Amino acid sequence: MRPFTYNRATDVAAAVEQVSLNKEAKFIAGGTNLLDLMKIDVMHPQHLVDITRLALNTIEDTANGGLRLGALVTNADTAYNEKVEQRYPLLSHAILAGASAQLRNKATDGGNLLQRTRCYYFYDKATPCNKREPGSGCSAKEGFNRIHAILGTSEHCIATHPSDMCVALAALEATVQVSGPNGDRAIPFADFHRLPGDTPHIDSNLKEDEIITAIELPAKGFEKNFTYLKLRDRQSYAFALVSVAAALDMDGNTIKEARIALGGVAHKPWRNTAAEEMLANQPATTENFRKVAETILQEAKGFKYNAFKIELAKRAIVRALQQAAKLEEGA
Amino acid sequence: MQTKYIGKSVSRVDGPAKVKGEAKYIAEFNEREHLHGYVISSRIAKGKITKLDASKALALDGVVEVFSHQNLPRLAWLDLSYKDMDAPPGSPFRPLYNNKIKFSMQPIALVVAKTFELARYASLLVEVEYEVEPHITNLEDNLDKAQEASGMRFGYEPPSSRGNFEAAYAEANVTLEESYFHGAEHHNPMEMHATTVFYEKDDTLTIYDKTQGVLNSQHYVAMIFGLSKDRVRVLSPFIGGAFGSALRPQYQLFLATLAALELKQSVKVVLTRQQMFSFSHRPITLQTMTLGASPDGKLQAIRHAAYSETSQFENYLENIVNWSGKLYSCDDVELEYKLVKLDTYSPLDMRAPGAATGVVALECAMDELSYKLNIDPLELRLRNYTDIQPGSKKPFSSKELRACYQQGAERFGWDKRNPQPRSMQEGHNLVGYGMATGIWDAMQLPARAKAVFTADGKLTVSSATADIGTGTYTIMTQIAAETLGLPLEQVTAQLGDSSMPLSLLEGGSATAASVGTAVMYVCQKLQKNLLKLARNLKNSPFAKAKLADVLFEDGNMILKNDPEVSIALTTILQQNDLKVLEKKATAMPNLLKQSRYARNTHSAVFVEVHVDEDLGTIIVKRVVSAIAGGRILNAKTAHSQILGGVVWGISMALQEDTFMDHTFGRFMNHDLAEYHVPVNADIRDIEVIFVEEQDKVASPIGVKGLGEIGLVGVAAAIANAIYHATGKRVRDLPITLDKVM
Ligand SMILES: Cc1cc2nc3c(=O)[nH]c(=O)nc-3n(C[C@H](O)[C@H](O)[C@H](O)COP(=O)(O)OP(=O)(O)OC[C@H]3O[C@@H](n4cnc5c(N)ncnc54)[C@H](O)[C@@H]3O)c2cc1C
Ligand code: SF4
Repeated sequence: MRPFTYNRATDVAAAVEQVSLNKEAKFIAGGTNLLDLMKIDVMHPQHLVDITRLALNTIEDTANGGLRLGALVTNADTAYNEKVEQRYPLLSHAILAGASAQLRNKATDGGNLLQRTRCYYFYDKATPCNKREPGSGCSAKEGFNRIHAILGTSEHCIATHPSDMCVALAALEATVQVSGPNGDRAIPFADFHRLPGDTPHIDSNLKEDEIITAIELPAKGFEKNFTYLKLRDRQSYAFALVSVAAALDMDGNTIKEARIALGGVAHKPWRNTAAEEMLANQPATTENFRKVAETILQEAKGFKYNAFKIELAKRAIVRALQQAAKLEEGA
Repeated sequence: MQTKYIGKSVSRVDGPAKVKGEAKYIAEFNEREHLHGYVISSRIAKGKITKLDASKALALDGVVEVFSHQNLPRLAWLDLSYKDMDAPPGSPFRPLYNNKIKFSMQPIALVVAKTFELARYASLLVEVEYEVEPHITNLEDNLDKAQEASGMRFGYEPPSSRGNFEAAYAEANVTLEESYFHGAEHHNPMEMHATTVFYEKDDTLTIYDKTQGVLNSQHYVAMIFGLSKDRVRVLSPFIGGAFGSALRPQYQLFLATLAALELKQSVKVVLTRQQMFSFSHRPITLQTMTLGASPDGKLQAIRHAAYSETSQFENYLENIVNWSGKLYSCDDVELEYKLVKLDTYSPLDMRAPGAATGVVALECAMDELSYKLNIDPLELRLRNYTDIQPGSKKPFSSKELRACYQQGAERFGWDKRNPQPRSMQEGHNLVGYGMATGIWDAMQLPARAKAVFTADGKLTVSSATADIGTGTYTIMTQIAAETLGLPLEQVTAQLGDSSMPLSLLEGGSATAASVGTAVMYVCQKLQKNLLKLARNLKNSPFAKAKLADVLFEDGNMILKNDPEVSIALTTILQQNDLKVLEKKATAMPNLLKQSRYARNTHSAVFVEVHVDEDLGTIIVKRVVSAIAGGRILNAKTAHSQILGGVVWGISMALQEDTFMDHTFGRFMNHDLAEYHVPVNADIRDIEVIFVEEQDKVASPIGVKGLGEIGLVGVAAAIANAIYHATGKRVRDLPITLDKVM
């Protein structure tokens, strides 16, 4: 780990200024990802601006009936917040499917969005990696790529975004509130994370000197028909091989609106709204679900060790929708 | 025999200290000033270091030295000097010896600085350039390079075939040939490997080393650095797990000692979790089982062949195929064991080495055979049951495996199994029942112990053994308290110090039998001595008593025939004007007697799995493990050992796998986020049954050892249950969801 300087920011404007004036500075929140990466010298900011004391740690109702999650609320406090549990249970479930209790107590909602990939090569400086060292090559493409992406990959990077929380936020169509040197802006969730393209070292559309202040959830919470299904190599404390956030708005057995977001399959939480629309005003049947699943995975491309994810994702979508629609087992 | 402590559920005597953080692990000896070393690991798997420039690191204030091949002092140069007690045949790896790279993550330099953080930072400033040479790391691609496993090693038994396999196989009505594969596993104890060397004023070294054998570490250091043993004291009082990784001195011991001697200062070296993947591991192994049987299920021919990985410099040997010649009655058995040399570090014993691997192949093949024969898998085992060890034709010193099968099957409800694969279902879950047998050796090694009894009634027993979490402190205490009839609180056990009486490596499940017997002997010596002293007292009521006539209970010596007559042990010392009684004893295995018997522990494992029919997710719902492992010294620690073993089996079956990227010749998932072992959520019901055995042959104390048997067979039982649930036979471990979906 390289030496770094540190200060604790007292307000948002000061924090933004400190980072915008110093190219080598970074915000640190829970530190559960950044600090790990600093210890192994994958990230090496020279200055850390600690934002944990900023007044961004509350969960509040918004004027339009939604909910505003302060960027520094911990993952645990979010998941167990009564309003979240009642109005956005999909989000609670997704958060609780991630990491461990200890990590969730420390990790913040803003940090969760910006956690970096778990690609083994990204974590090991002895191997080339375009995300870590642009232009050095992608070791995973021909290497051990069991946990890698099947959708939206590029020749430069096939990494996934590892978050569970973000998969639910994508389905719920949250907006990310950010503040920068030029003022505040809101980024729709679908536009927050990026595909790797030829700039895999850039994970999101947040600028280096912008801070996330909050995540806003719209009024619609899909609290009646939802599922977060996470498939992984052990029952807890493992990242998703494939995860599905399914949210349905139903009228009897008819689906009015369907949202399906996938985790573990792409560089960002994956949505295909055109495919989702196939379910609008359709009966909730396994057959219909399978059709949507086929459509969502149509463009998927597997690599040596992760081709199984394509069929797994399809089956996971079907199961998640069955559960969300409360279909009889096996119906 | 009525016992007061032996066999009872005695809680760990070191438990409170561990819970309170008072039990210090190797990296925690901080009270004396010391320097910190940080290891630099090689980026490449094979080649040469062409440049190693430490000037930028050395320029930092607080960096003391950077050790590498460039400034290694003259050390022992014979291979023999580098051979520790557990070394396999070959030429042991010498850290920093020259500029050659033999495996990825090989230690190439040690940065020594005032703080750990500084040493770690300085390591980033050391400039290293390599000349890369092509490496080979893929076992399956290099089978043509396989060589007969040759050489000898402690505990290794070269496989011996018998009869005529070819002929018997040709005649068999029902035959089967299948191959089984598993990747590498790394021990990954919770405590990282670490060494703290205190450089004493008189130029002696006090070394705290994470080791399963303090005498092994002492020997290693003394030989390499040319020190007499009285200059080197090695201690390892508490060990945060080891599972075999600390059987051999690992490179942090060499590096910390080197730095301490060169700098004449105290030095600590702690490896990182990533570096825990840079040395010993369970070898990648490919096995082929060929079975021939008669229609009524009698095994007529067994062939078991294994290809295992080893390093370029040592032939790591373990007993993989031998079990197939020992478990079932069969006259014609062919065993073959070959090694493929790869550019990796030498593998090393990992909990149930060889058996954990070999029994998977044997017991999965037996399961496959049972379907071919249309015979219940348990019934097939019973039809081939043997009370005489086949091959050697020796009787077993004890073997309650039949009772294990019966009790295990009954408790599990094996009779509720529908023999048809994919016939049992609960909702989306396919339900499968599977079983397997386990076998391991019962061993007793020479061991010595000392006992010191003081006039205040306190007894201290000691031996230079280790407690890797198995409960050695506790059973030593129990045995001593039982033998001398003292309250447990009056007895203290000490271990993990090279100045204590000899004990060999803590491994092979032999410690309880070996050290336990030595402790019993030394306390029996004390008994005799106390009786003699009591007899000599004036008007002693014990004047005519022999050892058989007295009892030791509650701190007293009592006449058996007349329990009214008793004397406190402390009184015996006081009346003899003695402050202490001190005895030493040696427990040598009775080789002559033991050689007439086959000595093994056995188990029968029954497993229920639930496999999601669409998603392939696997849950091990229930395990019943019935163990025939000799005498149980402590019901609680014994139970824990088997629970841990079963969890290891679940891990091996479903999760554990260190993945090697052959482009880089490097294990890639080298941290505990991506190298998976079970978490609580993975572990459901585990039930342990002990079928006790009376066995004074295996060891005088009746113990056969329990550290390993709990693991053997579990992975096979799970694989078999998965087949029963799904109709899919997966022959490469771990069985992840993609292989069954
Ligand atoms: C072993 C392990 C297992 C895990 N398993 C899972 C899992 O299964 N599922 C899952 O979803 N997650 C998992 N996590 C990841 C965990 O959720 C993230 O590490 C955590 O959410 C990051 O939050 P933090 O506050 O600690 O971020 P930090 O580590 O403090 O920061 C991460 C990044 O975000 C930036 N940042 C933080 N806050 C802000 C802000 N307000 N504005 C702008 N930039 C900001 C930092 O500069 C940094 O670059 C796991 C982590 C570990 C270590
Ligand atoms: S997948 Fe992306 S993160 Fe992984 S090695 Fe390739 S470029 Fe690096």
